[in-house]
Amino acid sequence: MADTKHNSEDYLRMYSQMVRIRAFEDNANQLYLSAKMPGLTHMYSGEEAVAVGICEALTDNDRITSTHRGHGHCVAKGADFKAMFCELLGKEEGYCRGKGGSMHIADQSHGNLGANAIVGGSMGIATGSALRAKMQGSDDVTVCFFGDGATAQGLLYEVMNMAALWSLPVIYACENNGYSEYTKTEEIAAGSITARAEAFGIEAHSIDGQDVLAVNDLTQKLVARARKGEGPFFIELKTYRYHGHHVGDINRAYYRDKEEEAIWKEGRDPIINFGKWLEGEGVASPEELKAIEDEIRAEAKAAVEYALEAAYPDASEVDMHVYAATDPATLRPDA
Amino acid sequence: MREITLSKAVNEALAEEMRRDETVFIIGEDVAEAGTPFKVLSGLVEEFGTGRVIDTPIAEPGFMGLAVGAAMTGARPVVDLMFGDFIFLIMDQLCNQAAKTHYMSGGKLNVPLVLRTNLGATRRSAAQHSQSLHALVAHIPGLKVALPSSAYEAKGLMKTAIRDNNPVVIFEDKLMYNDKAPVPEEEYLIPFGEANILREGKDITLIGTSSMVQVCEKAAELLEAEGISAEVIDPRTIVPLDEEALLASARKTARVIVVDEGHQSFGVTSEIASRINEKAFYHLDAPVIRMGAMDVPVPFSPALEDLTVPTPEGVADMARKLVAGEMIHAA
Repeated sequence: MADTKHNSEDYLRMYSQMVRIRAFEDNANQLYLSAKMPGLTHMYSGEEAVAVGICEALTDNDRITSTHRGHGHCVAKGADFKAMFCELLGKEEGYCRGKGGSMHIADQSHGNLGANAIVGGSMGIATGSALRAKMQGSDDVTVCFFGDGATAQGLLYEVMNMAALWSLPVIYACENNGYSEYTKTEEIAAGSITARAEAFGIEAHSIDGQDVLAVNDLTQKLVARARKGEGPFFIELKTYRYHGHHVGDINRAYYRDKEEEAIWKEGRDPIINFGKWLEGEGVASPEELKAIEDEIRAEAKAAVEYALEAAYPDASEVDMHVYAATDPATLRPDA
Repeated sequence: MREITLSKAVNEALAEEMRRDETVFIIGEDVAEAGTPFKVLSGLVEEFGTGRVIDTPIAEPGFMGLAVGAAMTGARPVVDLMFGDFIFLIMDQLCNQAAKTHYMSGGKLNVPLVLRTNLGATRRSAAQHSQSLHALVAHIPGLKVALPSSAYEAKGLMKTAIRDNNPVVIFEDKLMYNDKAPVPEEEYLIPFGEANILREGKDITLIGTSSMVQVCEKAAELLEAEGISAEVIDPRTIVPLDEEALLASARKTARVIVVDEGHQSFGVTSEIASRINEKAFYHLDAPVIRMGAMDVPVPFSPALEDLTVPTPEGVADMARKLVAGEMIHAA
């Protein structure tokens, strides 16, 4: 149980946001299976409580960096279905005009600095965003999402060192879903995950990433402290990836058995369990929760249909946006 | 006009831009009190404080990554990379992150940062502190690359780099930090993509970058004494490249040597030579000649190191052969 204050509206928004992520991913997976989507994508299903619990503790001015498994972060930070599906399909109306695709969606209007297809690639960006906030004297916080696999990257240790030295307002959120691509985490990570941060004097927590209230409760407290200059912080969120490493990773018995998947999906699903809690607390009836889900699924379906019909970018866009324009007036002396 | 060193010119450019725009800051190893091993930044921390002249741990990918994030969120960082050779350490942050962010975001996110580093051999520093690696970054779309050839160029190009809305890599030749040149007191900027014709000529064109501009000028002096008129051109920036100026000179003189301190194979000399061959072929009286650094790791011994880079005598020798028509069927 959370000890930070919530009202019914907060609870129902958290529930809705988790359902939005699941609905988005189910549709994205279907687009892949029906060969309507170019390339591959990485499903966030099963990890919804992490993205929602954290992003519900942030404002639009707070920033995140995301990963190749980034749709959940993007939705949780407020992104729109239509522009996301358009991006997945390489359409002009996508968040990045079709130039980024699933692994590079950025939505700076909601503070999402972008997903990153290099494992651990955004750790410097997130820490730099926090450095910028500190230099500006603002109280904006940046959350750096990454997976357990990314803890093997040296960049993490370089930036945690600097973040700790300079008390930067950044929260390192390690989504430990138990697998580093096709390899169990215990085979790639020696020692404890949180001890890695503690070695730099960073306060580190390890929590159940399937419990949206617990995630939100902890994040709210850490964000408030980071705003006051008490950062950085590190959170290990124990969670589970329902699908394979990517949508094409279907025959995965060689590294993970179906029994293990069933334990998480049936017993530890963040949406089902939070739904039951909402019913038990009298926040919403099963019918009301069903109505929320139906509405979201209808919106997702409509967004997919819209994106399938949307236009591809014009060929003239191929060499557009390689370089940003610089106003010639600013290049004059005394400008 | 007063004369100042290249080092002082860079220092002035940074100070002027930091006064002009409070979002400009410097980040890197030993940039504050130490002012870098080459003392280029001396005095800046006293004026701007440690909040804007930020000493980091020895963690090149880390501070490069921080700069990318700060640039994406509204700052204009100047990253100080102590030696150009360390660029290999930051390749992911520079080439996968900074260079591609604007494009991958469909033009929504900008990364206005400057990476200040250096190039140049013959400092007896061996193979990991002597490389000229600008061709590597010039290969990556999204990055701009400037190669100042004097104190005047270094100041004007640095000021433009800081105001540019893209990631710009500036390579200073570390053997030129104490070289003086006339630099006006009044403010000026040098635009990117506009080559500088240092010397007009009619028999042969010598295209040089960075310190190789001096090599070309000295070669031109040697040739002049023998009655050969050489034109010397400095592209100033290789991305963007002032192709028109180079082609116009090639069409005029019909003979071209391209001189650059990067390794000759797959390098800047190859790229420029190819463009001239493709676009000025029927104007040429001889093949375009590449003169880059030898394709060997830079050796330590002075007896060996000096053999690896182009010299005025070597360039003049090649020019004589071209003018005499000896290179037409060169193997």
